[in-house]
Amino acid sequence: MSPRLARTLVHLALGALTLVTLLPLLWMLSVSFMPRGEASAFPPPLLPHHATVANYRLLFSSDGGGRYLANSLYLAGITTLCSLVCNSLAGFAFAKLRFAGREALLRTLLAALVIPSQVAMMPLFLMMKWLGLVNSYAGVVLPAAAGIFGVFLVRQYALSIPDELLEAARIDGAGELRIFVRIVLPVLRPILVTLAVLTFLGSWNDFLWPLIVLTDQSMYTLPVALATLSREHAQDNELMMAGAVLTVLPVLVLFLALQRYYIRGILMGSLKG
Amino acid sequence: MRAGLAGWVFAAPALLVIGAFFFVPVLGAFAVSLTDFDLYALADLRNLRFVGLDNYRELLRSGDFWSALGNTCYFVAAGVPLSIGASLATALLVNSRLTLLPAFFRTVFFAPVVATLVAVALVWRYLLHTRYGLINWGLGGLGLRPIDWLGNPHWAMPAIILFAVWKNFGYNMIIFVAALQSIPEDLYEAAHLDGANGWQEFSRVTLPLLRPTMMLVGVLTVAGYFQLFAEPYVMTEGGPLQSTMSVLYLMYEQGFKWWNLGSASAIAFLLFLIVLAVTALELHFSRRRESA
Repeated sequence: MSPRLARTLVHLALGALTLVTLLPLLWMLSVSFMPRGEASAFPPPLLPHHATVANYRLLFSSDGGGRYLANSLYLAGITTLCSLVCNSLAGFAFAKLRFAGREALLRTLLAALVIPSQVAMMPLFLMMKWLGLVNSYAGVVLPAAAGIFGVFLVRQYALSIPDELLEAARIDGAGELRIFVRIVLPVLRPILVTLAVLTFLGSWNDFLWPLIVLTDQSMYTLPVALATLSREHAQDNELMMAGAVLTVLPVLVLFLALQRYYIRGILMGSLKG
Repeated sequence: MRAGLAGWVFAAPALLVIGAFFFVPVLGAFAVSLTDFDLYALADLRNLRFVGLDNYRELLRSGDFWSALGNTCYFVAAGVPLSIGASLATALLVNSRLTLLPAFFRTVFFAPVVATLVAVALVWRYLLHTRYGLINWGLGGLGLRPIDWLGNPHWAMPAIILFAVWKNFGYNMIIFVAALQSIPEDLYEAAHLDGANGWQEFSRVTLPLLRPTMMLVGVLTVAGYFQLFAEPYVMTEGGPLQSTMSVLYLMYEQGFKWWNLGSASAIAFLLFLIVLAVTALELHFSRRRESA
């Protein structure tokens, strides 16, 4: 096979895969701009005849889209903030501070990585009920405010901080908190961006737990609202596609902006095993 | 000494959260699974009774659990090889020396992974629509008859598998690309000098060196695919005729629709044990193959 033919074949395959990958997303975008009912036709229209933003307007006016968007942004934002604080402190401690029981704790946490989160869900719901946190933002944020994976992500990275650097600061009389803020955090910055992106996307896309713990429609996140509304509005293709765009667009943009960090997180996560 | 105290103080917030909201409920789940925790117990704890292993016994005798487990195994058994195959094929293409703009393709193929599952499941529900869906329109172009994808018990699971492959192949692709890039170029040059053709290079050099990655990807993907839930929740509501009811969906319905939290906890534990056993089997067989 000549190199030119091989190159053409490779790109034909890649082009076909690109089409298959992007078509559902592009079609979602296109249908979201169609007037009501236009997508329910055969053959399915690829582009709107008369593009309209009516679906988005309806979404934000009567269907509470703005509310769900705000809920999602708020919950993902707060969760990310909490997880950054908790996991960076603990990740650093497990990497660089000696304390009694550290190794045993590390082993326990590592072993617990195999336990899927849904095992905890029923008692977690009962705990939230007794704490009065069912149907509250705290009920969504608290269980995700720190995580074993996040602790290990930061720890792996923090292991590379030279001990001499910390020792020198201690000899100069700096307290541990000061050392953490002034010396450690700047070094950890890249992995903290990774952790932030992973947490934000994870929280934004999370479905099962918010579905369980949020009972009032005004508290719903975008995915929960979308799943619920799609059962009521099964025929409103165009409106639902506008909702899907609203849900997917922020995370896609965030990913495109910070994909280097995101992919590093995946690779580090896959190496842990 | 000071560092010792600081270590505990620094680790405390994360450990508190993980302990209170993960370890305690996991242990609690086992306790709850040994009770008949239901709506009456939810209203008043005095209605709670210890029932030993009755929940487990009942589940193992119920058709619902076995059918959900069967559906989930179908999803895993067909979905995992298809996903990993798609990931590996794409990774080879993206990593090929011939490919222009590998970074662009890598980003494109990864987009479905970050897209919110619920939202793209909705999109696919419309793509799979019997009358107006793009997929049946495409089939029509090939001269095939339309398929009632989500309304026919034989086709609903294949449709969900198709969707899952589309959604997830980019994830393992990234891991394969990284592994492919770590294979030293001189191995290929040596194989080339020995007269190996493209297929021989792939089967004698690439595949053996990818085995550890393959193992890792296999274990993670199997464990992940056993957690099937949101796809049927959005696309089929477990139907038609319960053909896409997964174990996790059954747990959700038992726990949060019927409020049988004892039985739901038992389902969660059974699923955990099954995944653990399957993972152990995978590791066992991969080790045996390596030593053979």
